[in-house]
Amino acid sequence: MSDLNNILNSFETKFSQIKNKEDLQNLKSEFFGKNGSISLQFKKMGSLNSEERKNFAKELNSIKDQLTSKIEKKFKDFENLEINQKLKDEKIDITLPIRSVQNGKIHPVSQVIDEISSIFSEVGFSVAEGPDVESEYNNFTALNTPEDHPARDMHDTFYLDKDKKTLLRTHTSPVQIRTMLNGQPPFKIIVPGRTYRCDSDQTHAPMFHQLEGLHIDKNITMGHLKGCLNYFIREFFEVKKIKMRFRPSHFPFTEPSAEVDIGYKIENGKIIIGDGDKWLEILGCGMVHPNVLKNTKVDPKKYQGFAFGMGIDRLAMLKYGINDLRAFFETDYRWLNHFGFDPLDVPTNYRGLSR
Amino acid sequence: MILTLSWLKNHLNTKTSINEIIEKLTNIGLEVEGIKESSGNMSEFKIVKILKTEKHPNADKLKLCDVSIGGTSVVKVVCGADNAREGLVTVYAPPGATIPKTKMKLKIAKIRGVESRGMLCSESELNISEESAGIIELKNMTNKIGKSFFKSSGEKVIDLSITPNRPDCLGVRGIARDLAAAGVGKLLNLKKDKINQKKNQNIKVSITKEKNQGCLAFGSCLITGIKNQESPKWLKDKINSLGLKPISAVVDITNYVMFDLNRPLHAYNADKIDKEIIVRNSKKGESFTALDDKKYTLQKDMCVIADKSGVLGLGGIIGGTKSATKIDTKNILLESAYFLPASIRKTSKQLGLDTDAKYRFERGIDPNSMIDGLKIAADLILKICGGEASKFNISGKKEYKSKSIEFETSKFKKIIGFSISESEIKKILNSLGFSTKKVKKKLTVFIPTWRPDINQEIDLIEELIRIKGFDKINLIEPEKIRNRETLNFQQKLFHLGQRSISYKGYYEAVTWSFTDQKIDNLINDSSSSIFIVNPISKELNVLRRSIFSNLLLYLKKNHDRGFQDIALFEIGPVFYGKKPGEQQIVIGAVKSGQINKKSWSEKTRSVDIFDMKTDVIKTLIEMGINEDHLIVNDKSKNCYHPGRSGSINFKTTNGPLLAQFGEIHPSIISKLNYKEKNICGFEVFLDNIPKPNKKMRVSKENFKFSDFQASERDFAFLIDKNYQVGRLNKIIKDLDSNIRSVNIFDVFEGGNLPADKKSVAINISIQADDRTLSDNDLNQISDKIIKEVENKTGGNIRS
Repeated sequence: MSDLNNILNSFETKFSQIKNKEDLQNLKSEFFGKNGSISLQFKKMGSLNSEERKNFAKELNSIKDQLTSKIEKKFKDFENLEINQKLKDEKIDITLPIRSVQNGKIHPVSQVIDEISSIFSEVGFSVAEGPDVESEYNNFTALNTPEDHPARDMHDTFYLDKDKKTLLRTHTSPVQIRTMLNGQPPFKIIVPGRTYRCDSDQTHAPMFHQLEGLHIDKNITMGHLKGCLNYFIREFFEVKKIKMRFRPSHFPFTEPSAEVDIGYKIENGKIIIGDGDKWLEILGCGMVHPNVLKNTKVDPKKYQGFAFGMGIDRLAMLKYGINDLRAFFETDYRWLNHFGFDPLDVPTNYRGLSR
Repeated sequence: MILTLSWLKNHLNTKTSINEIIEKLTNIGLEVEGIKESSGNMSEFKIVKILKTEKHPNADKLKLCDVSIGGTSVVKVVCGADNAREGLVTVYAPPGATIPKTKMKLKIAKIRGVESRGMLCSESELNISEESAGIIELKNMTNKIGKSFFKSSGEKVIDLSITPNRPDCLGVRGIARDLAAAGVGKLLNLKKDKINQKKNQNIKVSITKEKNQGCLAFGSCLITGIKNQESPKWLKDKINSLGLKPISAVVDITNYVMFDLNRPLHAYNADKIDKEIIVRNSKKGESFTALDDKKYTLQKDMCVIADKSGVLGLGGIIGGTKSATKIDTKNILLESAYFLPASIRKTSKQLGLDTDAKYRFERGIDPNSMIDGLKIAADLILKICGGEASKFNISGKKEYKSKSIEFETSKFKKIIGFSISESEIKKILNSLGFSTKKVKKKLTVFIPTWRPDINQEIDLIEELIRIKGFDKINLIEPEKIRNRETLNFQQKLFHLGQRSISYKGYYEAVTWSFTDQKIDNLINDSSSSIFIVNPISKELNVLRRSIFSNLLLYLKKNHDRGFQDIALFEIGPVFYGKKPGEQQIVIGAVKSGQINKKSWSEKTRSVDIFDMKTDVIKTLIEMGINEDHLIVNDKSKNCYHPGRSGSINFKTTNGPLLAQFGEIHPSIISKLNYKEKNICGFEVFLDNIPKPNKKMRVSKENFKFSDFQASERDFAFLIDKNYQVGRLNKIIKDLDSNIRSVNIFDVFEGGNLPADKKSVAINISIQADDRTLSDNDLNQISDKIIKEVENKTGGNIRS
């Protein structure tokens, strides 16, 4: 009996002196190892009679459990201590900046083209395109603008040959001609693209972007034209209602022709589109002239419809508050960064035009 | 076109306010561009009194005047006029006013060191007369100090932008007619007093019959014994309101009639006409001095008005100085003719001449207005200048019949969307000067000769809706149906490519399609520049043949702004010929400088061609091309560094060229003088991207994977330095179907290696679908790899 008491006393004394995991491991071996004090006591049991053995075993097991649990607990304590120390040591300054990420930007003109395409996609228009270099015929003559027509003066044209037979298109309208010549009605297209005029000052650039629209079918009237443009302007400027007026005008390739103004006001130096008592001209449109239909082998007795054209750069300027047209084409990194769009900001029908 | 309310009221009986008229004009297609006070801000010119004068301290001929400009306000004005004196009542122009004669805008200025606020005016400076000696002297005006000098100051001038199809509205009467049709008042009848004409017009007029004769008719009236003079005030006011300078009664009357009725006239000094008037085509090299004091040398076949000794003027465009009507002219020949628009246009373009008459004739003058023009002008000349008028002489075609159109009135509804009654149709057309006659189911509409723009039914429909009002059209909301795809494959690719490149850190630029030939030639061969005949400037004189032509220039501009570590791209057309369609869509990207500059966490390094290769290959894969089909080789174009660039072709080395990448050629960098010399770039040729098999995309292959153990083996080979390591991937993969991946993870040259060798380390992953490979299997595959690589490269395994 006293042996066990001695063992117990000796354990308590040594246990109280343990400083680290290693000491604890040594203590564990000293008592529970192959020749450990507790293990030796178990070996002693064989020499005892059954009555004695029963009592001894009971007492020895109780001591064993008691010591084991003490050791395990101590182990856990040491582990916790260690983890806490590690956590303390590993603390870093998370306010340091992020790794440099190269962000690109989409040009506002491209963004606006995608917005426009998305809006017209919803009402069934497809995107059509044509070459930047055009024949004089497609750019003017087929569009009911014969050579001696004064309307040609309004377009300061870049020519590629002395005979003025090839030129840089002055508007996206020649794509109407190409589309109608190469297909069968109905036609329902929009045409975004680069256009060129020999004109350069604060509000004119020698290259700019236009959007053409064409819808030809059997019973398309000016009411459809009005509805289509009203829908577009509302969606584009992301307003519920738009104040809009049609003013009679003249383009050789449409008749009747109209210019479209939208209402706006200035608030805190910013332009607010949709309401107000000022008018802003934003596009030209009309019913496709029967001569244009004839020129493209479409029977004006069976088919009719509307066309419109507008400046994409100007739309971008209005929507995003950009003042200077020239800056669009100057590739100033700072400007692109300021007015450009995140490439993930893709305008779509289902998700909306902007985030 | 300029319009004043008082002038309009000569033709239109209306009580409508000017603001309502302005709105109506806009609503019927006569766009109001602006409204201003008559002849600039004439109300600014004030009646003032000089209180005191003293000599200018620094100039003998100048005086310093204290001027009372009304109330107690006194300003100091420097004046050089001899008659500037104390107590004189005169006319003062404040700073900001524009002097009518010189069109100069006044500023507060120092004259010889002394500030002058505005100026005191002479009659000539105000375009009142030719009198330029001294400032205006006003009598009995002392009670009007501070008031406006010009009485007509309240009159607003409406500036209209008339579309080219409406020549009739280049005269006040045409505008009045449109307004009357739109319900603004009643069009008054043209007042034509009977004039006394006894004698015949005895100067012979002939229009020669020849090809390309630009004159169809020439009406004339000889007025003798006139006393030409300064125009009366009402006429001067009218001429001033047009922004023109009054010259003399006869000249002012011809201008007045032109703007009133859209009927250009010309008055010749009859005494300067050599015997007769001959309307003919010019001969090449003939010349004359025109009223703008310039000498014009003519081409062949321009329509000229000539006499026996030579050219007097260009018909319908400009007269000549020789037969010009002056203040002392006694006898005039008044011309009222009809010239063909195409002829006028051609001649004026060739000579670069633009006049009010030319502007009208090229758009189309009413050929039946010749007589009215002569009548009204002759009447005014007789009334103001006296004299005796001859009978009118008309050479050529005297009368022009109205065209007519068969109008199916139901077409209005078909085009516009709502219907209007036939009686309203008739009413609108009649008020615009058309006459109508019902013939069976159709309406025969007779077109007035002043409307050359009306030729078919659609023109009538436009007239009707224009007058009826575009606001009457109900809008029809579009249906949200889509029967066709919005974008085709090429367009989707464009859109995807654009966003894909941008996402990799590139800023999208949009630059001109034209560029500087010098830069274009640096990038492309110099033999095939595509010139623009009339470029906007020398620096933008060719179409770009490479997407880099502008991009590299703008990259430099950004370097110069202090941004060297940037990436730019553009997606757009480049050209390879001047025929329509000789262009292709290219993505071009450039990147310069360093990556991770001044980073606390990353090592700084220079941008290099593997950044380009990575971005371009990733983009091509994103565009749907199988990576195995991207064949990279080291051939590229001149604009890249020849040893540090490459091409990517589809499937084979000779397949469609998908992309090129590399360092920009050092000679380009040195010629453009970049601040940052490390510039790389790539191009993707969008038109060459193959269309993926849609079926393959929609139904993907079965998902297969192996659960058996995969093994990895590393090899190091010592091979020829010039061997293209990229080829090993395919060589090894083709050896055994159990080889899953080949990854070159180290390339090393130098050290103790032979100078012509390099060491290449390759990691290979091996796995079978049906079993775990044994050591024996793996050894066999390894042996095959070693043998094949040694064989193909001529190198040796290192370990």
